[in-house]
Amino acid sequence: MRVAVTGLGALTPLGDSAPAFWRALVEGRSGIAPLEGYFAPHLRFPNGAQLRGWDPLRHFDAKTADLLDPFAQFAVVAGREALADAGLTAAEIKGPRTAILTGCCAGGQVSEDVQFQDLYAKQTGRVHPMTIPRIMSNAGASFLSMEWGASGPVFSVSTACASAGHAMAQGLWMVRTGMVDRAIVGGAEATFSLGFLKAWEAMRVVSQDTCRPFSKDRKGLILGEGAAMMVIEPLDAARARGAKIYAEFAGAGMSADAHHITQPSVAGPALAMSNALADAGIAPEEIGYINAHGTGTLANDATESKAIHAVFNSHARRIAVSSTKSMHGHALGAAGALEAVATVLALREGTLPPTMNYTTPDPECDLDVVPNAARAARVGAALSNSFAFGGLNAVLAFRAPADL
Amino acid sequence: MTQEFTQQLLECIAKTLHKPVETYRLDASFEEMGIDSLDGINILFALENEFGIQIPDDAARNVKNLREMAEGVWKLVEAKGAPA
Repeated sequence: MRVAVTGLGALTPLGDSAPAFWRALVEGRSGIAPLEGYFAPHLRFPNGAQLRGWDPLRHFDAKTADLLDPFAQFAVVAGREALADAGLTAAEIKGPRTAILTGCCAGGQVSEDVQFQDLYAKQTGRVHPMTIPRIMSNAGASFLSMEWGASGPVFSVSTACASAGHAMAQGLWMVRTGMVDRAIVGGAEATFSLGFLKAWEAMRVVSQDTCRPFSKDRKGLILGEGAAMMVIEPLDAARARGAKIYAEFAGAGMSADAHHITQPSVAGPALAMSNALADAGIAPEEIGYINAHGTGTLANDATESKAIHAVFNSHARRIAVSSTKSMHGHALGAAGALEAVATVLALREGTLPPTMNYTTPDPECDLDVVPNAARAARVGAALSNSFAFGGLNAVLAFRAPADL
Repeated sequence: MTQEFTQQLLECIAKTLHKPVETYRLDASFEEMGIDSLDGINILFALENEFGIQIPDDAARNVKNLREMAEGVWKLVEAKGAPA
């Protein structure tokens, strides 16, 4: 059974809806800016891609907002947008035939940080009773299921920076096999709390200025946050109800490097890309665009480039490969979802989002990286790559709606 | 650099990586001593504690062996001790 993407939602440092996110990507705007918040003076890196001006009370009543860590709030708001966009009725969404699969790397770090600070530093001797419901990584998926009465398979996947990719793949396979009639899939992350940011600082992978994927002078990643969600359903069902079809969610591939807890490998990502192509029934020469994992670290971008060459051979040079992390930063467990939305819209709109902040070619990254400006190009099929610390890889494959 | 300082540095590294201090020599490359990037950030963290210094990412990135690391750390220790 073929699977269509029929609804999109995105809450990102570039805009608080999927259309706003897309406009910013095409214009090459940056969500990367000097850090704002109590944590900023305590960090050795100055910049991040934060969701600015987030006000949960615009989206939730005060009691509900209290129940949800920002990451779960992001998940719910992006999920609502995707469902509204899909044009499904509340009656269709309700019940056991709807699945919800979300990715999240670290759960409710914002809540955990505050509560543990009270406990350890302020010696309060207790933490808030909502701490557990707020920090659990499934909170966003659970709240969406409660809000919409979706009682099918609902769970969250946590595989660091590939969380959303792995979650979305699960949804694809559930819909494809007829296990459910539709799935809401994506990811959410709220990255900006002191303890978590200090842990990233100690990894020494955060850039001192900006994110320059594939550029020779790249100095590391820029942390981001947000959420993105998609509604997926069988292509035939989508056509039958006259739904807007953004793209075909054609396949997914996974692999483990089985190599090193932080150093990326070439073989693992290459295998995940090959598996995604095989699952989708897409020939390598059909791929015209790859939304790269492209973190902007020295190691990732060089190994990802080699992996792309390993899979596509001479065709690799004809593929446009961009990293939109150069604009929205690395949203960790939500990254794969933000980037899948970017990939789907690239296919639908016939515009490839750029790799911004690119200054100098690197022989280690000898690909067409769509430097510094979006490009008008109709491509038939595209991949979205996510490679996690821990060597866990998830690659999603999409086909353009014109080709369906 | 004093010999006392280099000995303290090598012992800090050995303790961090759970190896005998004889494993580490100033002039061998990280690769030769089996020190990977993850060991590298663990060492930097331990050295910051040991010597009460902050090692910037940029300084750490260009270091190729323990001698260069020791020289960099020595500079930071001296700068810390220098009168304002």
